[in-house]
Amino acid sequence: MTRDELATIARNGLWKQNTSLGQVLGLCPLLAVTTNMVNGVMLSLATIIVMALANVAVASLRNLIPHEIRIPVFILIVAALVTVVDLLFNANLHELYVVLGIFIPLIVTNCIVLARVEAFAAKNPPLNSTMDGVFMGLGMLWTLAVLGAMREFISSGTLLGGIDMVFPALSPIQVLPESYPGFLLGLLPPGAFILLGCMIAWKNWMDARAAERAKRQAPPVAPPAAPAEALG
Amino acid sequence: MMFAPAPFLLKDTSVSQVMTQVCLALIPGIAAYIWLVGPAIVFQLAIASLAAIAAEAFMLKLRGKPLAMFLSDGSAIVTAWLIALTFPPLAPWWLVVTGTLFAILIAKHLYGGLGQNPFNPAMVAFAACIVSFPALMSQWPSIGLQMPLTDQLSVILGQLPRIDALSGATPLDSLKTALKLGDSQIDVAHLLANQDIYGNFAGRGWEWVAAGYLFGGLWLWQRKLITWHSPVAFLGAIVLLSGALWLYQPASFANPLFHLFSGGTMLGAFFIITDPVSGCTTPRGKLIFGFGAGLLAYVIRVFGGYPDGVAFAVLLMNLSAPLIDQLTQPRIFGMKGNQP
Repeated sequence: MTRDELATIARNGLWKQNTSLGQVLGLCPLLAVTTNMVNGVMLSLATIIVMALANVAVASLRNLIPHEIRIPVFILIVAALVTVVDLLFNANLHELYVVLGIFIPLIVTNCIVLARVEAFAAKNPPLNSTMDGVFMGLGMLWTLAVLGAMREFISSGTLLGGIDMVFPALSPIQVLPESYPGFLLGLLPPGAFILLGCMIAWKNWMDARAAERAKRQAPPVAPPAAPAEALG
Repeated sequence: MMFAPAPFLLKDTSVSQVMTQVCLALIPGIAAYIWLVGPAIVFQLAIASLAAIAAEAFMLKLRGKPLAMFLSDGSAIVTAWLIALTFPPLAPWWLVVTGTLFAILIAKHLYGGLGQNPFNPAMVAFAACIVSFPALMSQWPSIGLQMPLTDQLSVILGQLPRIDALSGATPLDSLKTALKLGDSQIDVAHLLANQDIYGNFAGRGWEWVAAGYLFGGLWLWQRKLITWHSPVAFLGAIVLLSGALWLYQPASFANPLFHLFSGGTMLGAFFIITDPVSGCTTPRGKLIFGFGAGLLAYVIRVFGGYPDGVAFAVLLMNLSAPLIDQLTQPRIFGMKGNQP
């Protein structure tokens, strides 16, 4: 893997094809668990583990898997990995496991995982695929962290709520005064949709500005490559 | 901005003229409101208007639109007034401001501003606040609570504690609670006759506010700013459904008059579902829109968990307005069907 390849993979995962802001995949866990930052980050970490391992497994086996039945095979691989992560969470972070609930097992059906396996790992060598899984997951992690922080801040005026479930020594930070009445909408799915919409708008605005700047600096420029494949 | 497709036979009416007249039409209802719960509502109207103008100016600036033209059209003021009138009159000031900002910033401008919003901004504000602050949004003052203006203002500004005495239930609310708690001996006619928060045919005094809105709405209709279709269909649906249930079981359902003159029925019928932007535009479409909103409002109000159903009913019908409009295109003169 060259440096350039790694840079492209990182840029795609973190920004350009960001799972939440670019591809807009995996909205169900996104809406359900980002009620605070810790939940969002922990679910993303679980997804990163699954994605990195699934990608490396599929990429290694990609020449052995018959094309016709590749999807069931991918799902089997992903399901096996998710079961491992599920058991790990249950054993080590049980409180958080209860909070995240069904969304850890549901990583199997998370379309981000299948999308990366199908669109990237099935066509690329194992090392590239691992990095793709990691960076796609990191892209998901920062978006979920920002969204979770915003929702938590709006709805209860705290940050890092639930951190004690991961690090028992830490406690949530009360940012706004105790008398803050709490704008419950932030905690409800409509609030998540509105905030996600604002984040997508912000990304598009940043992209448009960057494109504008690039055009001004170097007038004869090749058209950018078409946006990457998206799987539901 | 026009209200109907061509031909434009009537005199052009500018948006600001329309909005001014809508505000004027709200005056009788507001007057009754002041007489009923005191002048604090004027303060709420002022806060809401200020917040609306500030938010409108901010968004116009952000979007690079001409400030003077859009600010003077008055549509933000109408939204602000509707919000102030649908929120409890002694709600803390920040609640009204939050609702207004939500309405203008998110429900109006994020969708493209005046004429582009698929949902009625005032109703979005109401829905957002009632799901976010259910307790504060259901604290309506007890009627007959004699509270000096200065005390009312301090309650709104949060300097006085929000004592329980100042929060009565609305007639709709207490009827629902009584029916829910009550055993089989409770019957509506008895409740309506005996408790002191009910007036002659709706909440004590609240029917005068509703009558004020009705009067203003009829004036709007006489000025040809609204057509009769949606209010008649809306009120008709409520009368039909409440009448049928009342005849079927008078002990557990209130009579149609009670439903017509309580909650947001009259305000909704004449000032909210007649919104030219988020409602239907074809005559048949308006009938369907009004009827659907009436049915939903009654169902949500009587069987749902929220104090009143008008806001949710209007939002649900707003969603279906484009489809209704498409299905009810009027026949073009000289054509068969509506295809040229």
